[in-house]
Amino acid sequence: MKKEQILISIFAAFCMHGQADAQRIKGSDTLLPLTQELAEEYLAGHPDDEIIVTGGGSGVGIAALPENTTDIAMASRRIKFSEKMKFAGLNLDAREVIVAYDALAVVVNPSNPVDSLTREQLEAIFRGKITNWKDVGGEDRKIVVYSRETSSGTYEFFKESVLENKNYMSSILSMPATGAIIQSVRQTKGAIGYIGLAYLNRYVKPLAVSYDGGGHYAYPSVDTAADGSYPIVRPLYYYYDARKEAAVAPFISYALSQEGQQSVLEQGFIPVPRTDGQADGEGEND
Amino acid sequence: MKRFLEKAVKWLLTASGFVTSAVILLIIGFLFTEGAGLFREHVIEEGYVLALNRENPVKRMNAAQIKAVFDEDVTNWKEIGGPDLPIVTFRLEDADRYFSEEALGKQYENAGALIAGLVADNPGMVAFVPESMIPEGADLNFIEDRTISPGEVFAGAEWFPTATPAPLFGMWPLLAGTLWVSLFAILFALPFGISIAVYMAEVASERVRGFLKPVIELLNGIPSVVYGFFGLIVIVPLLQQVFGLPVGESGLAGSIVLAIMALPTIVTVAEDAMRNCPRSLREASLALGATKWQTVSRVVIPSSMSGIASGVVLGIGRAVGETMAVLMVTGNAAVVPTSILEPLRTIPATIAAELGEAPAGGAHYQSLFLLGVILFFITFFINLCVEFISSRNRAKNR
Repeated sequence: MKKEQILISIFAAFCMHGQADAQRIKGSDTLLPLTQELAEEYLAGHPDDEIIVTGGGSGVGIAALPENTTDIAMASRRIKFSEKMKFAGLNLDAREVIVAYDALAVVVNPSNPVDSLTREQLEAIFRGKITNWKDVGGEDRKIVVYSRETSSGTYEFFKESVLENKNYMSSILSMPATGAIIQSVRQTKGAIGYIGLAYLNRYVKPLAVSYDGGGHYAYPSVDTAADGSYPIVRPLYYYYDARKEAAVAPFISYALSQEGQQSVLEQGFIPVPRTDGQADGEGEND
Repeated sequence: MKRFLEKAVKWLLTASGFVTSAVILLIIGFLFTEGAGLFREHVIEEGYVLALNRENPVKRMNAAQIKAVFDEDVTNWKEIGGPDLPIVTFRLEDADRYFSEEALGKQYENAGALIAGLVADNPGMVAFVPESMIPEGADLNFIEDRTISPGEVFAGAEWFPTATPAPLFGMWPLLAGTLWVSLFAILFALPFGISIAVYMAEVASERVRGFLKPVIELLNGIPSVVYGFFGLIVIVPLLQQVFGLPVGESGLAGSIVLAIMALPTIVTVAEDAMRNCPRSLREASLALGATKWQTVSRVVIPSSMSGIASGVVLGIGRAVGETMAVLMVTGNAAVVPTSILEPLRTIPATIAAELGEAPAGGAHYQSLFLLGVILFFITFFINLCVEFISSRNRAKNR
């Protein structure tokens, strides 16, 4: 009898625990490790709350928002027009918060003598117009171009920023994950690819990139990305339903706080400029 | 009481059979309805239009032409049946290049009218803009919006599912890649598989067989991701060195990995078939003075041919449907393969890699389901072959 009582009370406690405002965060795999870290730190300060973080991709996260299977959607790309239209049809007002910035590094095999490329050269390489390294000052070797999968947010961003919305060549090698790109670039002499700054390691060589036709080259690093001299930088977003603002606000404000942005930095992302900086930026626009 | 129990068991078995069949049919029905939805989608991304100058007579453009225009590969209207005019493309992102912030307005409320005016002033311009932004009664031509046609999908040679303004869903390279890599996989697996089966069924002693069989069946238990890892780290660099390839991720790497994965199926089924060869046949052959090898090659193998064939076909089925290992080693370049040493892209790898980020319900999402339908038909056909072969066998043995 006593045992049953204990079991029932444990069960009841379990149910009540589940009812406590468990926040669900879903979406981009790029943001997944950062959000998990932020959630852990946040929970250390708020032991009564519960946060469940899952990945699946930016599209999955945004699609889950109107279905109410997530409270915050993580996205490594901006919400698409078609998705916005869908939200508008469901009368859902999605709010957007930039939690961090991510820089993309263009990497080559360490044995490659090429150190820097302009945006125009990169565009020609990724669109298949330049196919030999000797055309950009390297050895006489075929260029092997690696890319992420067509649906990844990283792929979209690189296309937007470097290719100016033109399409990659169709014979591009698309890899399922950043790790696979690193592995392939490491073992293929003529390889070129792009990866998140956080993934940069000694097995691949980052290139300095210039967006002004060779005037200024910058190597990718947290500093150059933060001061704006490195050009391939993208924002990472959280989206949430405006009606749930009260529930998600504490976590988001933690993510944007000084402590939160410190972990952003530790995870290899670029912190959002401090609030006063943001105010300045808005002033310029007006 | 006993009768009642028997009845209950019978009822339960019937019910479970029907429920399972119903679920399977439901899954297939779901696959088909989602896949067929692709042909109701529009060529141009939903919610957008391609606006032209009033004087431009071009009315129709297919997805490949739209892509070429926006990639600046086609730069004159006469190349696609229009007047001799250079093409100027316009996307929403270009708005701040043409207009100042003040002119656009705080909420971009003036953007639509400004863009419409811009297109009306530039005879060679094509603008890719949201339908809702174009003011009503604007003096513009629009590219006719058609639905995606099956011809473009099944015979199209370019797979650009996320291209804007018009995604390209040419499935031919994916289908060709799948069949190509499976063909080579089976060419590699067949000689090995049959010889291992013959060795185990006829030559090996009971002890060797007792050791070999579980080891080969162990191959079946290795997760396919592990095969993929092995392929990427070991086979890919090896091929690169041996053949002096610029890139190691190739159809060959994929077919080698698939051959290893299909091997256990072929060996197990073929070996069982050979061991089931009637003892009387074997003894008759030996009694006529045939040697052991003659008996194996002239009597045992022909009589168990259909069993061997179904093992091979099952192996092909496994190779066609394999996802993870192929995704990691074939390089996934969506081009129609001309040699096995080139990268290629298969159907299952495409579905696995892209479904996660495809906006639910969109054309891309539905095209992935359609790929699933194609894959379903391939494996269905393979299963029919197995059925046919084994039924022929039964008829022969009777």
